[in-house]
Amino acid sequence: MPAGGWRARLRNGDEVAHLMALLFGLTLALLTTLVAFELVVNSSLARHRFGWSFLTGQTWDPVADQYGAAPFIYGTVVTSAIALIVAVPLGIGAALFLAELAPRRISDALTLVIELLAAVPSVVYGLIGVAVLVPLMRQYVQPALQRVAGSIPVFTGPAYGVGYLTAGLVLAIMIVPFIVSVVREVLLAVPREQREAALALGSTRWESTARVVLPYARLGVFGAVFLALGRALGETMAVTMVIGNRPEISASLFAPGYSMAAVIANEFTEATGNLYLHALVEIGLVLFLLTMIVNAFARILIVVTTRRGTAA
Amino acid sequence: MTRVTASPPIARPRVERHATGAEAESPHPVKIATERVSLFYGGKQALHDVTLDIGSNQVTALIGPSGCGKSTYLRTLNRMNDIVPKTRIAGRVTLDGADIYAAGVDVVALRRRVGMVFQRSNPFPKSNFDNVAYGIRVNRLASSRGDLRERVEASLRRAALWDEVKDRLHESALALSGGQQQRLCIARALAVQPDVLLMDEPASALDPIATQRIEELIYELKRDYTIVIVTHNMQQAARVSDVTAFFWLGKLVEVAPTEQLFTNPREKLTDDYVTGRFG
Amino acid sequence: MKIDRVALTSARRRSVNVLMLGSTALCAALTVAALAFVLGYLVYQGGSSLNLAFFTRLPTPVGEPGGGMANALLGSAKLLLLAALVGVPLGFMAGLYIAEFASPGPAFALRYATDLLNGVPSIVIGIVAYTLVVLPMHHFSTIAGGVALAIMMVPVTVRGTEEFLRAVPPSLREASLALGATRWITIARVVVPAASRGILTAVMLGLARVAGETAPLLFTALNNRFWSHGWTEPTASLPVMIFTYAIAPYDDWHRQAWAAALVLLALVLTANVAARVMVRRPAVSPG
Repeated sequence: MPAGGWRARLRNGDEVAHLMALLFGLTLALLTTLVAFELVVNSSLARHRFGWSFLTGQTWDPVADQYGAAPFIYGTVVTSAIALIVAVPLGIGAALFLAELAPRRISDALTLVIELLAAVPSVVYGLIGVAVLVPLMRQYVQPALQRVAGSIPVFTGPAYGVGYLTAGLVLAIMIVPFIVSVVREVLLAVPREQREAALALGSTRWESTARVVLPYARLGVFGAVFLALGRALGETMAVTMVIGNRPEISASLFAPGYSMAAVIANEFTEATGNLYLHALVEIGLVLFLLTMIVNAFARILIVVTTRRGTAA
Repeated sequence: MTRVTASPPIARPRVERHATGAEAESPHPVKIATERVSLFYGGKQALHDVTLDIGSNQVTALIGPSGCGKSTYLRTLNRMNDIVPKTRIAGRVTLDGADIYAAGVDVVALRRRVGMVFQRSNPFPKSNFDNVAYGIRVNRLASSRGDLRERVEASLRRAALWDEVKDRLHESALALSGGQQQRLCIARALAVQPDVLLMDEPASALDPIATQRIEELIYELKRDYTIVIVTHNMQQAARVSDVTAFFWLGKLVEVAPTEQLFTNPREKLTDDYVTGRFG
Repeated sequence: MKIDRVALTSARRRSVNVLMLGSTALCAALTVAALAFVLGYLVYQGGSSLNLAFFTRLPTPVGEPGGGMANALLGSAKLLLLAALVGVPLGFMAGLYIAEFASPGPAFALRYATDLLNGVPSIVIGIVAYTLVVLPMHHFSTIAGGVALAIMMVPVTVRGTEEFLRAVPPSLREASLALGATRWITIARVVVPAASRGILTAVMLGLARVAGETAPLLFTALNNRFWSHGWTEPTASLPVMIFTYAIAPYDDWHRQAWAAALVLLALVLTANVAARVMVRRPAVSPG
């Protein structure tokens, strides 16, 4: 047997290939670090100037070089919350139908359609939001809500059409496909024995689903919700087009507002002063950290359930 | 069916390992020798002190219930266990007297000399020709295109597959029947001109007719190759092998000329197994 | 009496059953209807505005009817080409490293880095590309936009590559190694070819996704009313044009936005469907 030292191993290519691949692996790690690094470095002016009060300050005034991000954080949180309130029940319902009830072929076909919905670019949703949803909200939905529930402060004020509520609804439509496809996946990982056991004890189909299957998969379902939340928080174009772009905090959901992603999209090219630019980058940093935490949480939950589901 | 003739017991049980030089004059000198080979997966020991000599130009069958370590043992002979993470091996394995686990051994060159055929046929998703040519190409064995074609043809003929595929050399190997695929895998292994052919239950997924063809082929090939075959099928072991080794719980229980092992085993455990009392 | 009670309960339970199962079906129907509406409305609005000029002409100044988005189509193509040329090789090699070479620790860390990168909002990627390319070059450019999209292509490619490399049956690897092929040759000539269709599919889905991205281009590639020459000038792109035209107050621009949205959606959905068809055809099935 010809003895092969490192020279031979080098010749046969294994080590070279390993080294090359390692190099690209390092580049990947570097790239991710670079994203965080650039955000931190290019927001330094704003961070030093405003400290933590950047997060709570309500004044956003580029002319006076005074920057507080509270209105944007508020807008992002409120629109994402509205999106979740609408999309979570809808998405889980649809996923239950696809995973538990529909025959496999119909389920696969509908899932394909729903996943295509997830592929529609956000700017297209924004376009339809501007053209269809905004007039609809102004003329019908908001006046109707005001008549029915006008005593609640969130449903008061003039109906502009654009605003938190409209942005939240557009977001809801955008994140439903994510919830459906992840929840369906999680539900399909629930062992069949669990369902059969419940049915054998005299449960109806719905009871077995609601009391056995859903609780079994609940961590994964939460994971799907967090994943969707991560998308909603960072979503830019559709929100920018329908939220109204006014940097103020309003109790009414009909009022125009602003979101973190939207202010970056709108003002970045206009940011002439260094402090202005750094303030916008800091908003990006906050957004980055927020989505990072939410996504990490979602990932853990999903890994835990799918692993338990298949292992059982 | 192939007729099995008992050959002299060149493969010895571990206890009497300190042998004389007698095997050198035997028609089947020792090709591969393992001495006290133990193998660990993580904390689990899969092989316990297996000592076994394998004679050249004959068929050695490894039998035993599933999980007994016979496939694991087979895979120590071409260091296929190396690619399983957390594997550790103790003991010595020699091929023609050279330790194959010694530092600096070229594993790639080793595997070229010790070919392997797997339980499930595993042709690459390439054409029949490219499958057989693969090993020739990666080992740069052919001097020219014509040489490559000749080697592929010769290998296919040796594997008794040429007549069936000569008109569809450039069609996908995945279109062949299961038995044909397995013979293609044998041809692919032969193409790199190994001395030893390891076969891990090569016929377990095949129907009786395809199995018979593989067995005939094994009988043909032993003139030129040392063959080690793992099988769970005792009739198959009896039909094709010269020497049979019985494994149980990671230990080598008994090794003897096939006829002797099946008709007059020394160990009670072997007797129970070959007469079907367990496993 | 007892029997009656049992019968009564189960009737109530049966109706709850039907009601709840019915509402899940309704949820599914609503979701699917959303796509039908998006598609239908786009075809209705965009179809009537779409004509040959859209594909061949430059945008006209405000008030002048007609014109097209030829420059935006070419701009999008150039941006995607850059994204693919930069992002795909990087992602592929990194995925190869994770799947074939890395030990569990580094593999976990790199997978985590990939997930992290994948979760970064696209607008934030835009900021990073801006600081990396636009600030040093002092102007907006096709390159800057391409870099932004390339960064987005990386995690998609890494995950696709890793997933499909791992899906290659171990028996193929073993067969190749047993023939005396080195690890590298085995990867290059057996494993990667067997996984190539899956990886291509993942790349195609990734490209379809970034083709519709607007946010990272807003302050990298910017926009351009004219042809963009070379790679260092700002360029128009389909998604940014849709955004600009949609929020402008001119009816004529709205019509153009619809036409552009229809074209963009058609491209994206075609790529998606094609990728799915490709992956569904039986791939490698040994034995």
